[in-house]
Amino acid sequence: MEFDFTATAALSALAYLVIGPFVGGLLAGVDRKITAKMQGRYGPPILQPFYDVRKLLEKEAVTVNKGQDFYVMSCLIFMIITGVLFFAGENLLLVIFTLTTATIFLVIAAYSSNSPYAQIGAERELLQIMSYEPMVLLMAVGLYMVNHSFYVKDIIHSEAFSLFPLGGIFVGYLFILTVKFRKSPFDLSMSHHAHQELVKGVTTEFSGRTLAALEVSHWYENVFLLGFLFLFFANGTWYMAVVGVVACLLAYFVEILIDNAYARMKWQFTLKSAWFMTITFGGVNLMLLYFFKMFGIL
Amino acid sequence: MSYVTKSPWIIHYDGSSCNGCDIEVLACLTPMYDAERFGIINTGNPKHADIFLVTGSVNEQNISVVKQIYEQMPEPKIVVAVGICATSGGIFRECYNVKGGVDTVIPVDVYVPGCAARPEAIIDGIVKGLDVLAEKHANMPKSSVSASDAAEEKVKDEDMAIEVRYYGKTAEELDEDIADERVSDAQSVKYYSSSDKDADDSGDKNNGKEEV
Repeated sequence: MEFDFTATAALSALAYLVIGPFVGGLLAGVDRKITAKMQGRYGPPILQPFYDVRKLLEKEAVTVNKGQDFYVMSCLIFMIITGVLFFAGENLLLVIFTLTTATIFLVIAAYSSNSPYAQIGAERELLQIMSYEPMVLLMAVGLYMVNHSFYVKDIIHSEAFSLFPLGGIFVGYLFILTVKFRKSPFDLSMSHHAHQELVKGVTTEFSGRTLAALEVSHWYENVFLLGFLFLFFANGTWYMAVVGVVACLLAYFVEILIDNAYARMKWQFTLKSAWFMTITFGGVNLMLLYFFKMFGIL
Repeated sequence: MSYVTKSPWIIHYDGSSCNGCDIEVLACLTPMYDAERFGIINTGNPKHADIFLVTGSVNEQNISVVKQIYEQMPEPKIVVAVGICATSGGIFRECYNVKGGVDTVIPVDVYVPGCAARPEAIIDGIVKGLDVLAEKHANMPKSSVSASDAAEEKVKDEDMAIEVRYYGKTAEELDEDIADERVSDAQSVKYYSSSDKDADDSGDKNNGKEEV
């Protein structure tokens, strides 16, 4: 694999590294504000997530064991690497597996604490990974079939407009985005809302600096996930880029709406529904794409 | 400026409250009062919390629970006692199972009296507590690592205190003394005949009845 690091690639990767957390934090702040408005409340300031993280950095560092910090930091670093590779225009499969690595580090961190809440959270996180991972992989395959490349830089500049031939996969991705954003009804392992049966799930045993690192990695992740959504709209023109960004924000709004409209479901439902969507929308989409290609329609 | 005052996360514990104050605490989160506009979040997890909100008096059963939640919270932290029962024991003060207000177990920073305490009073109490929180943050050791070191130092000091108390005797001698005591205790048990034991037990039962 060649790492063709052009100036544009380096710049966009650097932009993600520096601006990414600010965009992610701002999105989280807007999320809380919109959620409050939906519930008829005034809501916290837009910058509240930044206040929260700054406060967490000021708190005393309490860790159950020394390994835990290492795992959480690895989670953050791999999450950053995921986004950097993505925004540098590298291989989509590499990006997806780096993302999985980051998530797995979070699971290990939760397991390492020996707390029953964190451990059940970790188990649920694994089930969540199992729910959304097939769809993410199908998405990479679909984007390859339309754009003839796994490289993000080729997909971005490709003439092909991915949304129409990959409509089913797009719907499937929107579905698993609810799992990835940790929104109800699929916020099994950890939710940002208080009072749940698992205390705080995977994050129960994290505090202070460790929790801050996890929060920042979540911001990075959200920006990267929305970037993934952007791929469906990009065809190398500036007006489609604008449409793509608007679509990302719209998708984020829809996720907030779903979060407020649903109660949490059981993991069985999460797994079944995510795989159902993957097979019916993702699988059938790929099948049709294959036939169209075979008969030379596309 | 310290950011601890801009994002106070709360853990709420119901000591032996009648639920009146608990409902008022939850009322603070409703659209009517919306405590989240100050960044206040009800976390339900001591390791994430900055403010320990206790409603109701502390009873003999939950002394350890209150202490444990308090100890699990990372510094800086404050305790807000909500309602008259949490501040002094209230009407339950004389109960046989009630230890008293929260301050009989852990240090309390803000007292919010009332039966039940009104949501306005509770929010006011938390906001007052933020000043204490900022002060505690200012007095914290600079790096958080040194905070845990300080805790270790404290433990070492306590060990030293124990050594001073037994000054003049080595650890082995102390062990021997303790072993001797155990042997004599074991022997003293043997002196009881079975009838004596029965008499003792029944005596205990009578005493128990009288206390109730």
